[in-house]
Amino acid sequence: MTESSGARSATSTGARSATSTGARSAHETHDYDVVVVGAGGSGLRAAIAAHEAGARTAILTKSLLGKAHTVMAEGGIAAAMGNVWPEDNWQVHFRDTMRGGKMLNNWRMAQIHAQEAPDRVWELEEWGALFDRTKEGKISQRDFGGHRYARLAHVGDRTGLEMIRTLQQRAVDLGIDVYMECTVTRLLKSGDRIAGTFGYWRETGSFIQLNAPAVILATGGIGKSFKVTSNSWEYTGDGHALALEAGGSLINMEFVQFHPTGMVWPLSVRGLLITESVRGEGGVLRNSDGKRFMFDYISDYFKAETADTEEEADRWYDDHINNRRPPELLPRDEVARAINSEIKAGRGSPHGGVYLDIATRRSAADIHKRLPSMYHQFKELADVDITKEPMEVAPTAHYVMGGVEVDADTQAATVPGLYAVGEASGGMHGSNRLGGNSLSDLIVFGKRAGEHAAEYAAKQSTRPTASSAAVEDAIAAALKPFESNGGENAYAVQHELQDVMFDLIGIIRTGEEMQRALTEIEKFKGRAARVTVDGGRAYNPGWHVALDINSMLTVSEAVARAALERKESRGGHTRDDYPMTDPEWGKVNLIVTQTDGRIAIERKPLPQMPNDLMSLFEEPAK
Amino acid sequence: MSRDLQMRVWRGDATGGGFVDYTVPVEEGEVVLDAVHRLQATQAGDLAVRWNCKAGKCGSCSAEINGLPRLMCMTRLSSFDPGETITITPMRTFPVIRDLVTDVSFNFEKAREVPAFAPATDNAGGKFRMAQIDVERSQEFRKCIECFLCQNTCHVIRDHDENKPAFAGPRFFIRYAELDMHPLDTQDRQKMTQEDEGLGLCNITKCCTDVCPEHIKITDNAIIPMKERVVDRKYDPVLFLGSKIGLRRDSGRTVVGPAVKRGGPSPIKHPATTVEGDASDAEVD
Ligand SMILES: Cc1cc2nc3c(=O)[nH]c(=O)nc-3n(C[C@H](O)[C@H](O)[C@H](O)COP(=O)(O)OP(=O)(O)OC[C@H]3O[C@@H](n4cnc5c(N)ncnc54)[C@H](O)[C@@H]3O)c2cc1C
Ligand code: SF4
Ligand code: SF4
Ligand code: FES
Repeated sequence: MTESSGARSATSTGARSATSTGARSAHETHDYDVVVVGAGGSGLRAAIAAHEAGARTAILTKSLLGKAHTVMAEGGIAAAMGNVWPEDNWQVHFRDTMRGGKMLNNWRMAQIHAQEAPDRVWELEEWGALFDRTKEGKISQRDFGGHRYARLAHVGDRTGLEMIRTLQQRAVDLGIDVYMECTVTRLLKSGDRIAGTFGYWRETGSFIQLNAPAVILATGGIGKSFKVTSNSWEYTGDGHALALEAGGSLINMEFVQFHPTGMVWPLSVRGLLITESVRGEGGVLRNSDGKRFMFDYISDYFKAETADTEEEADRWYDDHINNRRPPELLPRDEVARAINSEIKAGRGSPHGGVYLDIATRRSAADIHKRLPSMYHQFKELADVDITKEPMEVAPTAHYVMGGVEVDADTQAATVPGLYAVGEASGGMHGSNRLGGNSLSDLIVFGKRAGEHAAEYAAKQSTRPTASSAAVEDAIAAALKPFESNGGENAYAVQHELQDVMFDLIGIIRTGEEMQRALTEIEKFKGRAARVTVDGGRAYNPGWHVALDINSMLTVSEAVARAALERKESRGGHTRDDYPMTDPEWGKVNLIVTQTDGRIAIERKPLPQMPNDLMSLFEEPAK
Repeated sequence: MSRDLQMRVWRGDATGGGFVDYTVPVEEGEVVLDAVHRLQATQAGDLAVRWNCKAGKCGSCSAEINGLPRLMCMTRLSSFDPGETITITPMRTFPVIRDLVTDVSFNFEKAREVPAFAPATDNAGGKFRMAQIDVERSQEFRKCIECFLCQNTCHVIRDHDENKPAFAGPRFFIRYAELDMHPLDTQDRQKMTQEDEGLGLCNITKCCTDVCPEHIKITDNAIIPMKERVVDRKYDPVLFLGSKIGLRRDSGRTVVGPAVKRGGPSPIKHPATTVEGDASDAEVD
């Protein structure tokens, strides 16, 4: 029988020893083949794959198992299964993804993603996921912005919960080691190669080192650097910062997705997500005059495939073949910009948003069935009954397209032994991600990363070991906030950084404002070094924030510098001083690296798409 | 619209603790977790609290608010009288780690005991066919956000640590019910629940259902049907031998042995060392 609670044994399948790294400290160490940092959809899928490939595998997570961001995903998982529209296939999904990303995506990743997503979704079902069904008993699929056909497998509006629970249960069933509430603060290296991770247990504040030749970063995004965001405290960009520090590179960091529909009122819930499914299910956007304003914002790029009358748009829900899609379902960057313009033009709602109306479009019964958690969210947090009244919405920082630069087929970063996957990796989504394409990305590339990391680990003839000096340095950095008496409050610095990023590097940018943001970031760096922490090391959030700020500052600077460099508007990067999309800029990605703490930006030509795939873009758009 | 809120928060750790009073400015429309965050940011930087989504989706922020088990992020301040003091304590059924954070590993260990979904093997590769109406029963239970408030409330283990080894608790009764009602699962979940997970100790008080933030009808839709069918089967040898029970139309069930109580070290790891004399004394490790 297992011990029910309070078990404090730390036996491990990996060999364990207490390493003494000098006079100062002794901490626990464990040996593995593959260490996965992050227990969201991508981390869990990667760990399962690594384990199944025979690697001794461990998962680390800052929160408890099952609480990662993936749990919050609502709308669905994009996969061209063709259950609702048999016309759908991977080529159409690939094309939608590339066009949604304004062709800046890594074509090979977009191709693999579109090809493998259906199998990964079916696999979830075999592991116990229970998706909503079509009349024939297949997995149901719903409409989402930028997807030509109804393509998102879903469970009401709690799809992420279904995904994370399924993968979590699978990982636990396989007996994969899990280190919960354990934060990684350093990647350890031996020469050029990765040698493991160093971090602390939140519960006790004691340190823990996992030695492994392969480390997979599955740490999610960076949204916590923005004041208005749908993201949680975990999204401090740790994986992005860890990779840079270890000599890796980031790609596409200038592209941050502002989801068009965040809550605006009460202030307490500002930024909280309203799923795109509301629009997928028929919801429309209106301004203070009651006008469906999206018809005024159809860009030339999407004109051919977008309805230009309300009548055609409304017919589309039942007949995708003979009608074009409603403009409310344009890709997110387009809709977010439109909402922003309406608010700026003085046609907004009382609390500074616009209206999202499902009440007049669908029956109360349908809304309860298809959007249950949206109903509850508004009822319980805003006293709004969405079956009777419109919602007030405005854009919210939601997702970062940029991430660790990886090889398309293996998810390997430029540092040997380092892998990245999920929101922490970059390239797949180009300048703008389509809804539903993240959850599919997690499982498609999670599997690949796990398999390739396991293969890499098995091929190493010697195990890399980190020097004790490197470990000492990591310990000193982690304890610094206790030793400083500069008197800065970590929470205050964090809040001010969030204001600066949202106000100066937000949805609409200018060179002058971004310069100012960079000046501010430099000042924040100085203040972060003077943060002083109250209390001890056991479960002390003040200390955790003090350490997280360093990652937040690194990624904020990476976003600002890349955004300043890209002198055009495209996808999740809109500049008032360069409002046009420039074909020359469509040929390059921006790569961010860091040397001795200094960030550098470099241009890199896009990989060349083969002709057979190019030809997919020649057929007339519909 | 700002006003001052009186709060009493339990502060301490496994070695003991007590209430500390605070006055916190709060705004219209805020929830208890907002007040806790403001407290943390301005007066008590080291106040330990778990949260993630702040939207009732992740089940991290469970606590007892004025004695009631609730999610802090879904409890609006407007639901209290303006002058009322709000008292927050950690969940009582689990050992306290620090302040409002408890050690919920009991639940992760119980989760290990549930044998995985076991579909008939000929169903692989996108071939599953299930009617919406047949998956809905299990979907209700899969709404569970693992806040463990039901576990915290159930009197079988609240203040009764001695029952913990033999009792999985309502969260896991719905997990077994979910698998039991899955149209394609092939194992006998009812027997496992009754014999290995302590369903018999439940006396249907429905306290678990009352506190579930997802409004899952734990007792009516999971526990009672499981109990009834177990009873049916115990007394009806024909039904037992046929092992075709109740709602099941499609596959018959393979009757397997008791739930696997897994031995060996738990894959859920815990800190091996604590920081001795933990204080702001950073030299100690
Ligand atoms: C409200 C909301 C709704 C969404 N809806 C959809 C949708 O419908 N469809 C869709 O496709 N996408 C959606 N998305 C996006 C999608 O959910 C995320 O991009 C995706 O879940 C990210 O998964 P991940 O595996 O990369 O990371 P996460 O699930 O965020 O997991 C990150 C993990 O890394 C851990 N971690 C981070 N830093 C460290 C560290 N230093 N040490 C140790 N562990 C660490 C965390 O604890 C966590 O376990 C939504 C996002 C939000 C916020
Ligand atoms: S109904 Fe059963 S499981 Fe639920 S609280 Fe009562 S005794 Fe516990
Ligand atoms: S059943 Fe309800 S109360 Fe129990 S853990 Fe799940 S969501 Fe929480
Ligand atoms: S913070 Fe996620 S449920 Fe409260």
